[in-house]
Amino acid sequence: MVNTSRRQASRKTPAKPRSKKKPAGVSARGVVVLVATRKGAWLYHGDPARKTWRPSGPHFLGHIVHHMVLDPRDGRTLLAAAKTGHLGPTIFRSTDFGRTWKEALKPPAFAKPPDGASVAARSVDHTFWLTPAHGSEPNVWYAGTSPQGLFRSEDGGVTWEPFSIINDDAKYREWMGAQQDGTPDGPKMHSIIVDPRDPKHLYFGMSSGGVHETRDGGRTFAPLIGGMEVVEGFDKSVITYHDPHCVVMCPSNPDRLYQQNHCGIYRLDRPSTTWERIGRAMPAKIGDIGFPIVAHPYDASTAWVFPMDGASVWPRTSPGGRPAAYVTRNAGKSWKRLDNGLPARDAWWTVKRQAMASDMRDPVGLYLGTTSGQVWMSRDEGEKWSCLASHLPEIYAVETALLR
Amino acid sequence: MKVLIPSPLLSYTRTNRVEAEGATMAALLLDLDRQFPGLRFRVIDEQDRMRPHMRFFVNGKQVYDLGLELRPDDSVHIVQALSGG
Repeated sequence: MVNTSRRQASRKTPAKPRSKKKPAGVSARGVVVLVATRKGAWLYHGDPARKTWRPSGPHFLGHIVHHMVLDPRDGRTLLAAAKTGHLGPTIFRSTDFGRTWKEALKPPAFAKPPDGASVAARSVDHTFWLTPAHGSEPNVWYAGTSPQGLFRSEDGGVTWEPFSIINDDAKYREWMGAQQDGTPDGPKMHSIIVDPRDPKHLYFGMSSGGVHETRDGGRTFAPLIGGMEVVEGFDKSVITYHDPHCVVMCPSNPDRLYQQNHCGIYRLDRPSTTWERIGRAMPAKIGDIGFPIVAHPYDASTAWVFPMDGASVWPRTSPGGRPAAYVTRNAGKSWKRLDNGLPARDAWWTVKRQAMASDMRDPVGLYLGTTSGQVWMSRDEGEKWSCLASHLPEIYAVETALLR
Repeated sequence: MKVLIPSPLLSYTRTNRVEAEGATMAALLLDLDRQFPGLRFRVIDEQDRMRPHMRFFVNGKQVYDLGLELRPDDSVHIVQALSGG
């Protein structure tokens, strides 16, 4: 185990005491990095030192894979959300790290509206987000789709059903907006978060459509947008105008959420319902626009972002062609640039909302998947970066899991 | 009747020519899904609409209506349209 006090002493900004206990032996375990791309999926199996990586792939070459997640509850169920340019969306499932895959018998699909329904019929273009449910609900998963829809599987991803009231609720459908209110690749349901203390307490984000919360297992949902800003000239009381890009809950303090929004970086400490724009403390030249945000697994004061250029026509590239992550170690009071090892200039890639992840090791490892098909990793919480893989297709998502 | 299967669906059928039956296009697709589970949802969405980049031809003529009646000696082609790079 790494000597935490020595490691903290070496930092310029001391970290706050950590509140979540690390699992025993966590740092002797290897990490698997799950990479979902526009043209297939890859797995990278790391050794315990996280220095050598054994690639596995491509899986589903030519499929658009939006998300691939390993179930932390059983350590072996792997789900991949896929479609192709021609074929409709589906979910593939493996229990042997991708040696064999089986397709879901019933992928996420919207219900047909009853005759006389006030909302139009919709079809799932792709499943965008996968979240394993609460630890007390083995084999239960949630999925978020484009256009925005929420689905649930109770059999490890084999069959999926529409979940909760929101898919066909007239008010929610209004808040989801139309195609032109979403991202260029279609409006998304994302950031489905399960409170580890209560399986009925969920959050999700919609781009567009705001952040929402249920405390009754999806019977009712309510918006949670206090303090969030919208594009200048628009009315922030209109839910449709809110565009959270990524929302995360701190594993070490489930009452703390961080959010990277189209309009800034935020923190929310429950029971408050008002987000605080902590991105104001970012350097003015960089700004606080981006897509991903990652919470430290053991320290709720620490979070990482990867800013992008949101000026003029929204180039969505690293500002100035100089990629960098930024970290706060004091819950957003200040930020530090982390670019050691990343290209110093002329690098015009960025990182999408699902493509930045941490592992559960100590020191925590960080992983970036770029729009130019590289995977970068850091073994020391972002202090130094190295390239793990190159020449992949455009990367949509990066997730990690500890090997057992 | 004979059905020509496009390459993206070969993971289901393993061959590009299969036999299936149905009095309508809808019934034919249900029979294909019975033989090759999962195939139908990849080409027809949950609102029974043909997916945007899939095309269906009967005896060389493109069709758009799943209610279209078929005869046993019809030839059906399922074709992938262009969908970008």
